[in-house]
Amino acid sequence: MTPNAVMDILQVTVLVLVAAGATVVVRTRDRVRLVLVLSAYGMLLAILFFVFQAPDVTLSELTVGAIALPLILLLTIAKVRKPQ
Amino acid sequence: MTPRQRLWFFVIAAAGLAACYLWAFAGLPGFGNYPGPYGPAILHEVIGRTNATGVVSAVNFEYRGFDTVGEEFILFTAAAGMSVVLRRLRDEREEDSSPAAQAESREIPATSAAVRVLTLLMVGPTAVIGWWLATHAQTNPSGGFQGGVILATAFFLVYLSGEFIVFRRLRPDAVIDASEAIGAGGFAAIGVTAVAMSLPYLYNYLPLGTIPGAISSSGTIALISFLVGIEVASAFVLIIGELLDQTLLRQAAGREGSS
Repeated sequence: MTPNAVMDILQVTVLVLVAAGATVVVRTRDRVRLVLVLSAYGMLLAILFFVFQAPDVTLSELTVGAIALPLILLLTIAKVRKPQ
Repeated sequence: MTPRQRLWFFVIAAAGLAACYLWAFAGLPGFGNYPGPYGPAILHEVIGRTNATGVVSAVNFEYRGFDTVGEEFILFTAAAGMSVVLRRLRDEREEDSSPAAQAESREIPATSAAVRVLTLLMVGPTAVIGWWLATHAQTNPSGGFQGGVILATAFFLVYLSGEFIVFRRLRPDAVIDASEAIGAGGFAAIGVTAVAMSLPYLYNYLPLGTIPGAISSSGTIALISFLVGIEVASAFVLIIGELLDQTLLRQAAGREGSS
């Protein structure tokens, strides 16, 4: 296999994974679970950007999508959650 | 409208959308073929002109530096708005006397030793990585924004380890407010300084160094990235800190209510 073919396979695989991941995020109903799934999806997007040769966007997506956004969402849920 | 009419309406609209979508797709350039003039032009001249090998940072902090100032102030405004909305008024007390809230006031279990050790071990490396990313924008694809968020993460690791008191001591509001203002204001000030020297706004007036990709190279690009790192780290510590305060305030209120 030529390096180009390997790259193509990798890119298609990651694109399919991202589409599947997005579906899982949309289908998740429980809020806390949703945040964890979203964080994993951010990780997946970071891999996508890396595979498509955008290392700087990878770093931004890693920090915002996998760390900052889930953290803010979790804290907000903790704040507004009705005590059970 | 009957359900049948609605269905027809949907079918026609969907067919029209699909046709336009496919037509647009047919006109896209081939995968990986960028037809615009700016990409190749910038790639051709960027290293010779700025001595920065982190081309994305050079674009962010020099070619479109004015846009980046705007983005920086979006974050600054968001953090400011957050502190205003979540501020605790002088006569405000969170009260929740329902039995459920009282039950919440049970002793919170101590953080497990494994989590404590792991998170405290990660604090140092995380801070170093954040600092490194924020100060190496001129040499590689890192930058102040990513570095700043990771730097802020080091603070949250301290919180996660259960060291609430240390966490509070690490972020005196006055220091965080000041460093955020220095980061955001410094960026704008670099631009204004260029104007004062009768150069265009955000013109790269500092010495560019002699070796492309060296730490000391690229003039204002490295300095701006560092300032952005400071601003972003402070803004995130401020935003997350406010949210944490809210959550802790609630728990504390519940505990007072039970005693």
